[in-house]
Amino acid sequence: MNRVVVIGAGPAGLAAAASAATAGADVVLVDEGERVGGQFWRHHPDLTDPRLQHQLGRFGRLRESLSTVRMVSSASVWRVEVDPLRVHVLVGPADATGRAAETLTADSVVVATGAHDRVLPVPGWTLPGVTSAGAIQALAKRDALAPGESTVVAGAGPFLLPVAQSVALQGGRVAEVVEAVGFGAILRGWGTKAWQLTAAAGKAGELSGYVASLARHRTPYRFGSAVTRIHGTDAVEAVTVQRIDTQWRPIAGTERTVECDSVGLGHGFTPRLETAIQFGCAISPDRFVTVDAEQRTTVPGVFAAGEITGIGGADAALAEGEIAGLAAAGAASDDPRLKGAAAVRRRMHAFAARLEVHGIRAGWTAWLDDDTIICRCESVRRNVIDEYVATSSRGMRLATRAGLGACQGRTCGRSVDDITGAAGSTVGAGFEHRPVLSSVRIGELAGLSNGAGTLDTEPSGGN
Amino acid sequence: MSISIRVDGVELSGRDGQTIAGVLLGNGQRTWRDAHDGRRGIFCGIGVCQDCVLTVNGVEGVRACQRTAVDGDVIEREGRA
Ligand SMILES: Cc1cc2nc3c(=O)[nH]c(=O)nc-3n(C[C@H](O)[C@H](O)[C@H](O)COP(=O)(O)OP(=O)(O)OC[C@H]3O[C@@H](n4cnc5c(N)ncnc54)[C@H](O)[C@@H]3O)c2cc1C
Ligand code: FES
Repeated sequence: MNRVVVIGAGPAGLAAAASAATAGADVVLVDEGERVGGQFWRHHPDLTDPRLQHQLGRFGRLRESLSTVRMVSSASVWRVEVDPLRVHVLVGPADATGRAAETLTADSVVVATGAHDRVLPVPGWTLPGVTSAGAIQALAKRDALAPGESTVVAGAGPFLLPVAQSVALQGGRVAEVVEAVGFGAILRGWGTKAWQLTAAAGKAGELSGYVASLARHRTPYRFGSAVTRIHGTDAVEAVTVQRIDTQWRPIAGTERTVECDSVGLGHGFTPRLETAIQFGCAISPDRFVTVDAEQRTTVPGVFAAGEITGIGGADAALAEGEIAGLAAAGAASDDPRLKGAAAVRRRMHAFAARLEVHGIRAGWTAWLDDDTIICRCESVRRNVIDEYVATSSRGMRLATRAGLGACQGRTCGRSVDDITGAAGSTVGAGFEHRPVLSSVRIGELAGLSNGAGTLDTEPSGGN
Repeated sequence: MSISIRVDGVELSGRDGQTIAGVLLGNGQRTWRDAHDGRRGIFCGIGVCQDCVLTVNGVEGVRACQRTAVDGDVIEREGRA
């Protein structure tokens, strides 16, 4: 029997585990969260307002089909190996000491580690009250909280809609939603058949629900604009909203001040690639895991599904996961069970392609001051990064300390790339290459080093 | 159900199931760590940025957004080492 280990229990990983189990594999599903569901289904059974949670029926059905799957929650994957395929996990409460170590061996692995918000730095973004847009979702779903009394939600893409709705449903006020892309460009980008397309993708109901919610709360929605400055002394007091051009450069003279006590920033998502990189999987120039029609990566036995192969939302993740799970369990490429999921994947990819209109444009760096912090962990400012523009990734990190702090460049890496003009280059690859994949204490590492493979000498992640 | 945790000696109550970050925010506290340049609290909300760390029952560097609050937890804020 094929032994399949699935890393990540979001929509992609759940679907992969379910389809691999259906195909007769012996499946282990690991996730660092306390409950399965990933970013999309991160509801708490008692705390979450059901209006915040979509497709719960699908979630229930998936859970039921996992009865033969061994599910390990609170399990952080901190190291993986090929030849043989091995996945090293630490099991226990987040950042606890003395968690239990386990090594899972597999015939195939599905990597479904998802994504996190990409947040572009802006003067004042380290003030208390500023969070990622995803954090607003996490707080709403997991903790039943609004981020503040009055929130500005800013960035790019349709994800700003559910974020604004969550604030309102939790009793907060949305002062304004600020979208970087102009309304005309969105119409052109989404195309004349946008509504047909979203309907085909099953998104129409969800979208119109958000739009109705915004209308009901009379929330202003600004297009072609950005929050270019956040004001406050001890915490957020206001933001500057400014029009930006098509390259996202601020247009002088268009500044407005909007009062608020919290700001949610989200400029799209960036995949959590480190596990795939440690397996040795090829990464595309636009920084996603390269996969074939059966979600196979370039490493034998390793499959990838969900946001790490491209940002397409939960439905795309579900379809890709289903395919990856079947293929990982050994299904033939003409297996009829692959057909339905492949059709959904095709539709969702067409939908996702429309998101490109919201892609980050290079002009954003013009809203930074010389002394704006870029790397939050090490408080590295823009002018320091500018000084080392010509150096290598390693040189940049060693000279400036950007990316060497606790988050290991997860928050600042892509921004440093943009500032140095190195998009898609080795600078990013350097930031994403991490010998330790999740937070591990030095003491835990010391206790583990036997049998866990040799660590190289790059600085380790975590505390 | 409600739970109670002690943060720098002050009793704070929260809802069972909330994270430590959730309990702090629910009590109007937005920051619990000093960085080089100012105070920090929650930023990414999903365990990626490490901005939200604090000390839980004597163990340093615990991400407040990732750890469920347990009744009786003793929490201390962290300064920059
Ligand atoms: C904070 C946040 C909130 C979001 N909220 C919404 C929303 O409300 N609505 C919406 O439509 N979309 C939302 N999204 C978009 C969302 O990413 C996708 O729609 C969908 O969840 C992607 O599914 P996935 O399975 O690819 O990844 P995810 O759902 O991200 O699942 C990945 C899983 O991998 C686990 N993982 C990662 N690394 C490791 C490791 N080293 N060890 C163990 N486990 C690991 C994570 O804990 C996570 O559970 C959100 C994204 C983010 C970042
Ligand atoms: S807020 Fe980012 S790790 Fe907790």
